[in-house]
Amino acid sequence: MIEADNLTKYFGDYPAITGVTFAATKGEVLGFLGPNAAGKTTTMRILTGFMPPSSGTASIAGFDVVSDSLEARRHIGYLPETVPLYTDMTVKDYLRFMGKIRGMNSKEIERRIADVVDTCHLEAYYTSHIAKLSKGFRQRVGIAQAILHEPEVLILDEPTVGIDPIQVVETRELIKGLGGDRTIILSTHILPEVSMICERVIIIHEGEIVAVDHPEVLAERLEGTEHIRIGVIGPRSEVIRALREVQGVQEVTSTEEEGWGSYSVFSRRGDQIRIEIAKVVVEHGWGLLSLETLNLSLEEIFLRLTTSEEA
Amino acid sequence: MRNIGAISYKELSIYFASPMAYVIAGVFLALTGVFFVESIDQPFATATVAVMLRNTAFFLMPLIPPILTMRLLAEEQKLGTLELLMTAPVRDYEVVIGKFIASFVILGVTVLLTLVYVLILLFYADPDLGPVLGAYLGILLYSTTTLAIGLLASALTGNQIVAASVGFGLILLFSVIDSVSAVLTGVAATVLEQVSLTAHYDAFARGVVDTSDIIYYLVMAAIFLFLAVRALESRRWR
Repeated sequence: MIEADNLTKYFGDYPAITGVTFAATKGEVLGFLGPNAAGKTTTMRILTGFMPPSSGTASIAGFDVVSDSLEARRHIGYLPETVPLYTDMTVKDYLRFMGKIRGMNSKEIERRIADVVDTCHLEAYYTSHIAKLSKGFRQRVGIAQAILHEPEVLILDEPTVGIDPIQVVETRELIKGLGGDRTIILSTHILPEVSMICERVIIIHEGEIVAVDHPEVLAERLEGTEHIRIGVIGPRSEVIRALREVQGVQEVTSTEEEGWGSYSVFSRRGDQIRIEIAKVVVEHGWGLLSLETLNLSLEEIFLRLTTSEEA
Repeated sequence: MRNIGAISYKELSIYFASPMAYVIAGVFLALTGVFFVESIDQPFATATVAVMLRNTAFFLMPLIPPILTMRLLAEEQKLGTLELLMTAPVRDYEVVIGKFIASFVILGVTVLLTLVYVLILLFYADPDLGPVLGAYLGILLYSTTTLAIGLLASALTGNQIVAASVGFGLILLFSVIDSVSAVLTGVAATVLEQVSLTAHYDAFARGVVDTSDIIYYLVMAAIFLFLAVRALESRRWR
C-alpha cells in the first residue's frame, strides 16, 4: 500500500533524511518513532506529495508520489503536525470544503460528515467556529478531515502532541478504532504510544532508519538486552560454547573474518558480563582482539525518547 | 473546474464571514461618493462620471486590491492550511485561480455598485453612455491586473502586512511608470509607456474600447497569476 525506496531529502547541504526505505501493507498500523528533527515530518511530507524527495521514490496505492501525485493524493488522508484549520470557518463548512476539494459529491459529503462527526465526537461543536474550539477538539476536527473521504492510507504527524492527557488517551482510542483495512502511518516521539497503537514500528534517528520491528520485541530488547561484539582468535565452535556458558548470555552468533572470528553476544545488561567474557577468552588462551557494546546508539535514542514522557 | 469553484466559494464565504467584504465595499463607496460629487460639481457641469472613475483608477486601484488579496495565500501559509491544499488532489493553479475569482467577484460587485451614480445622472440628465460603459469595462479590467499583482504578493510571504505592502508598491510602480518615459527616448520610453497600467485605462475612459488594451490587462493579469502559481510551487522545494 505504501512503498518508500531509498528516500533522501536535502535542505541545502543538510540531509534531512537519507536512504529511508520501508513498506507498509494494507491494514497495517505503522509507527514512526524518533526524536524531534529526526526526519519524521520530512518523510511524511514526501509521502503526501507536499514536497518531492531529492532522490529515491515513493508510491501510495501503486501511484508514484511525484509523477502521479494527484492520483496518489486521492488515496491519502493527512493530518499535518500543525493542525491545518481555517479558524474563520465553522466545523461544518470546513468539512464540506475538505470534501469538495477531495472530489466528493455533495450527497457523499453529507453522509460522511455525519459519520465522522459521530466517530470523532464532534456533535456539540458541529456549527461552532473553529477559532472557538479547544486544542483537543481542533485535533479531532483535523482527524475528521483526514478520514472524511475514506482514504486507504492515513498519515498522521504527531497526532497527540500538545493536548491534555485525557484527550491524549481519547485520541489514541480514536486512532486505534480507525484501523481495519486502512493503512495508517503515525509519527510520534513517545515510546509507549507506539506500543499502544502500532503493530510495527520504524525508529528513525538523524534522518536514517535505525530499527524496524514489532513494538514488543523492540521494547524487550531495549529494556534488558545488550549487544556485545567481540573479535577472538581461536577455534570457533569452542569459543561459541564457552561464551554460551557465561552467566547471563542469551545467544551467540558468529561470522568468520580473516584468521579470526567476530562474535555477536546478546546478553543481559550489565558490566559483569563483559568482564566474564573477557576472562573466559583469556583463560582459554585465545586471543581477544576487540570487545564492544553495539546498541549504544539505540540506547541513546531511547534515552532521549523516553526521558521527556510521562504517559 | 470543480476545485476552482470550491476554493472560490470558500474564499467568498470567508470574505463575508469576516467584516472584510463590508469594510472594503464601505470604504470604496464612500470614496467614490466623494469622487462623484467632485465629478459633477464643476463650473460647467457635465453629466459624466469620468472624473470619479479616473480617481478610482488612480487612488483606489493601488489601495483596495492588495487589501483584498493580502489574506488569500499569506494566511494559508501562516495557518499551515497550505499544506492541506497542496496535499489534496488539487492543482496549484486551481488554488490560485479559485482565489483570484473570489477576490474579483468582491471587487467587481463593489465597482458595479457605483453604477448607482450613473442612475442618478440618468435620472437628472442625459449622460453620454459610451464613455461611461467604456470606463467601467476599463476599471474591471484594471482590477484583474491589480488583483493578480496582489495575489502574487500574497503568495510570496506568510505575513499579510508584508503582502499588502508589496502589492501596493508593485501596483503603484506599474501605475506611474509611464511618467519616467518623459525623460527617456526611443524604445525604453515606448516600452515603459506600454506597460503602464493607467496609460491603457485612458482610452476606455474616452469611450474607445481597443482590443489591444483589453489584451494588455488580461495578459498582465495572466503573467502575475502565473508568477503566483510558480511562487506557490516553489514552496514545495524549500
